This record gives sequence, structure tokens and C-alpha cells, in this order.
Amino acid sequence: MTAAMMARLADGVPRRTFILLGTLLAALLIAPWIVNDYLLTVLIVILYSAYTGQAWNIMMGFAGQLSLGHAIYAGLGAYVAAVLFTKFGIGPWIGLVAAIPIAMACGAVIGFLAFRFGVAGVYFAILTIAFAEFARIGFDHLGIVNASAGLFLPVAQYAHNDLWRLRGDPTMFYYVILAATVLAFIVCRLLLRSRMGYFWLAIREDEQAARAAGIDTFRYKMYAVTISAAVTSFAGVFYAFFYNNLFPEQVFNIGRSIEMILGPVIGGVGTLFGPILGSFVLTGLAETLNSAMSAVGLDLPGAKEVFYGICLLFVIVALPEGVWPPLARRLGIDRGKR
Amino acid sequence: MTALLSLHRVGKRFRGLVAVDGVSFSVPEGAIFAVIGPNGAGKTTLFNMIAGAMAPDEGSIVFAGQPITGLTPDAVCRRGIARTFQLVRPFPALSVEDNVIVGALLHRHDVGAARERAQTLLRRFDLFDRRHQPASALTLPDRKRLEVVRALATEPKLLLLDEAVAGLRPTEIDRMVAILRELNRESGLTILLIEHVMRAVMALASHVLVLDHGTAIAEGTPEAVVRDPAVVQSYLGAEAV
Repeated sequence: MTAAMMARLADGVPRRTFILLGTLLAALLIAPWIVNDYLLTVLIVILYSAYTGQAWNIMMGFAGQLSLGHAIYAGLGAYVAAVLFTKFGIGPWIGLVAAIPIAMACGAVIGFLAFRFGVAGVYFAILTIAFAEFARIGFDHLGIVNASAGLFLPVAQYAHNDLWRLRGDPTMFYYVILAATVLAFIVCRLLLRSRMGYFWLAIREDEQAARAAGIDTFRYKMYAVTISAAVTSFAGVFYAFFYNNLFPEQVFNIGRSIEMILGPVIGGVGTLFGPILGSFVLTGLAETLNSAMSAVGLDLPGAKEVFYGICLLFVIVALPEGVWPPLARRLGIDRGKR
Repeated sequence: MTALLSLHRVGKRFRGLVAVDGVSFSVPEGAIFAVIGPNGAGKTTLFNMIAGAMAPDEGSIVFAGQPITGLTPDAVCRRGIARTFQLVRPFPALSVEDNVIVGALLHRHDVGAARERAQTLLRRFDLFDRRHQPASALTLPDRKRLEVVRALATEPKLLLLDEAVAGLRPTEIDRMVAILRELNRESGLTILLIEHVMRAVMALASHVLVLDHGTAIAEGTPEAVVRDPAVVQSYLGAEAV
């Protein structure tokens, strides 16, 4: 990282923010030594949600383009890496090199169709859902990925962690997704502070006025969708190697897309902390509810979804900006937020 | 003086309704040129065609020697024509400073340099103290001024103002008029304005074009135009002449 980038990263950030970030990062770094296996898995789910939320936020929070089909980018990443691994023995990191351009190309096709032909707002959202559904149905009949029978990655005994092939115990996966989340946070911060970031915000705020200010909105919306797709595709690669099984019905399910947006919506759309905070709040509470229910011997299928719905309702009514912006004001560190 | 902007027989129809009918005029470099006319005369349509928001059905628009007919609004802005909106449209959730930075980034790639430029402009237009407020928190006169500042930040050769003083009180109008005159005098910025408020037109314009029912009915100095019988008739009716 160059000195100029470091400077841009730290520019205008209050000291309290650094203290907060440092404490959070330190806590997350030592977490595997403190928490048990179950909680570690919960933390992996939280960080996965924070990472995908951050990726989705590039499109919606920065450039104002509502995607409700982001599962397609994660799904493509997952399937590309998994097929390369199971059929050709190619490792996930090289698989990622193939997954990213494929996800970007998919984003570019969706973006081109929408932005060139003026499909905007809620119609754009419907288009993104449609593409995710095409993928779900298409992959359900695609022989090379075992169609609806599912694609399974070989599960070896965890003799030792193999980071290069992403075979290992949950602690290794935890650090991988933690590193990815930190990296996504830094990338998003740099993007938001860049020339492109300003143009995205202008488009989000008022596309006509942005065009009148000389911004080629088509081009910058295309950047937003392809960058967001690229970042999301890594989450898919991680998903494939963490869960070791892929079913089109699950991977491309609209539920996956909705889960991705819950973190940032509850934490605060367009903020950098929102996706992280929202994921902690939401998944944390949902898991607490889960264990409380199993402790008293209650088994209610769909309770998690109902709980998500209640959380969403509460946030929309009580905290329309999300949880983070009011919290940041209370902590006196909202200057960096735009 | 050479013409910075010239329109040649520009026309626009909406499903048979002729909004602008073969209008030709030239805006000399360094001028403050006003287009006036009663409601429905086609002023805004004309404005939108110059700004690229609509493509004309016929005729051509030439800016700084280059045809700009049918270009998109962003391409028009990059050529050096910046506009404001009749109903102000600053980026509401962005700070006043960030609004101007967006404009300044058009010809700058460094955010720091754009911020410096934005701050210089904000100081000059009395918005520096409010630079950290969201644009949505400003009063209407401040928002109108912010829009002009954002447009200026793109470093235009021609500034298009769509009713820049509409809805302002007389003292606020005079302030805006003073700012625009100063800009024109100091930097030689050419201004094309569409205006209803005659107080502003008379104080500002060196040249006036009167539109009525989509055609140009008079052109000249403000003093001459307001005495033109055709103009009086279009505004006040035949009995007034």
C-alpha cells in the first residue's frame, strides 16, 4: 500500500474511530482462543454476512442501485471454484482468478441491459431477481455442476490446515473470512474517498443532477455493479470450501440475496460500519434466540425468518437510517460518514 | 464578438404540439443573454435541448465551433456548458462541500485538489461556514447559490441558468444578480438565462430574446425589447398595445 493510500485511508478519521476499530479488530483476532467451536462458527457466519453486506453496499449504499439478486455473484463464484477444484484439482485461489471475471461479466450483462435501456429503481431490482432465478433454474439442469443433485467437495480429515487449498478447521476459515472482511472494509473506504466514490454518491443522490455535473452515469454505474460482483464472488468461493456442498436451490435462492442486504439495511445503508454492525446485531440476536429456544426444547421451523422480519420492521420504524448513524453520533465519530 | 453558442432553426415537437419552432440565435462570448417569454412559450424546452436533456427534432446547435446537437447532458457538460435546475437539485444528503467537490472532480482527478477548489468557491459565495452541513439543511436562496457554485466548479465556458432567482425575495434576487454580474465581469463567463423575473433580466442581461408559442418574436437590448409592441402584446394582450 502506498503512502498516499494510507493518507487517504486515515484522512479526517477521528481518533476515537481508530480506537474503536483497533479494539474490535483485536477482539476478533483473539476470539478463536476464547470462544468455543459453536461460537466460532457463529462468528464465521457473522463475518460472512458482514463481508457480503459490504460488497452489496457498494452498489446500493454508494451508487444507489438496488440489487435483490446478489446471490447470483456469490453462487457463480462458488460454482466456478468448486467445479475447478472437484473436476480439475485446481485450488480455490486460482479458482478465484477465474470466478472474479465471470462474476464481473455477469454483473456487466445485467448492468448493461438495465442501464442502457433505462431500467431503474424497483424495475432494476426485479431484473436482478430475475437473473438470480435464471441462474437457479439453469444450474438445476446443468450437468457439469451435477444439476439439482448438488456438487460436493471432498472432505478430508483435518490433519493440518492447508490454506492454499482451503482445507482445514474452522479456525482457519475464521481467519480467512476475517482477513477478507478487513480487506473489504479498507477497499470500500478507499473507493468511497476516491473520485469514483464521489461520483457514485452523486448518482445515488440525484442521477439527473449528476449527469448535469458532467458525470457519465452509465459508466460509473457499470463500475459499481462489476466491482460489487467481483467482491461478492469471493464470498461464494469461501462458501463452497467452508460448507463443501452446493445446491442451486440453496445457493441462488432469493433468501440468500435477502440475507446479504439485511446486515447493511439494519446497520445503515451507505455506511462502512453498517454492514458489520448490522451482521453482528442480526446474526447475534438470531443465534441467541436459537439457543434459547433449543434450551427450552422448542423447535419452530421458520422462527429465524420471522425474527429477521421483526428486526427489519423495528429498524424501519424506529431507526430509518439504520443502527449505526445514530450510534456514531452518540459516540461523536460521525464526521467521517457521508 | 464571436458567437460562443449558436442555434440554427432548432425545433421540437411533442406529439404534434410544436413547443419550439425553428428558433435561431447566437450568444456572443462574454455576454449575459436572457431568454424570456410567457408561460408555455417553449423556454424550458429550448433550454433542455441546449443542455442535452432533450434532442431537437430539427436544426443544429453549435458550441465553441463544435456541433453539440443531440449530445447527452454529461457530454454537454464536459464540453463546457454547466446548468442549474429550475427546481433546485443539490445532492441532498451530501455536505455542501461534497456537492461542490463532485463538480470540481470533473476536470480534476485528485480529490484533495478538488476540495481546495471547492473551498475557494465556497468562500467566494458565502457558503464556506456551512460547508459541513448537508445540502438539504440549507435555505432556498442558499441552495440556489450552491447549485450555481456546483455548476461553476465544472469550469464551464457557458453557464445556463434556469430561473435562478425564481422564488427568491427581492433582496435575495439583488444578491444573486450581483454575484452573476461579478462572475461575468471578472472571468468573462458567458451566461444564458431563462427568466421570469424581469427585475433580474433588466439588471443582468446585455441581450434579450423573446419567445412566444415556440417562435422568437423579438431580440435586442432589454430596454428595446420591453417596448416592442409584439412583446407587449404577447405578455399583456392586444388591447394593451
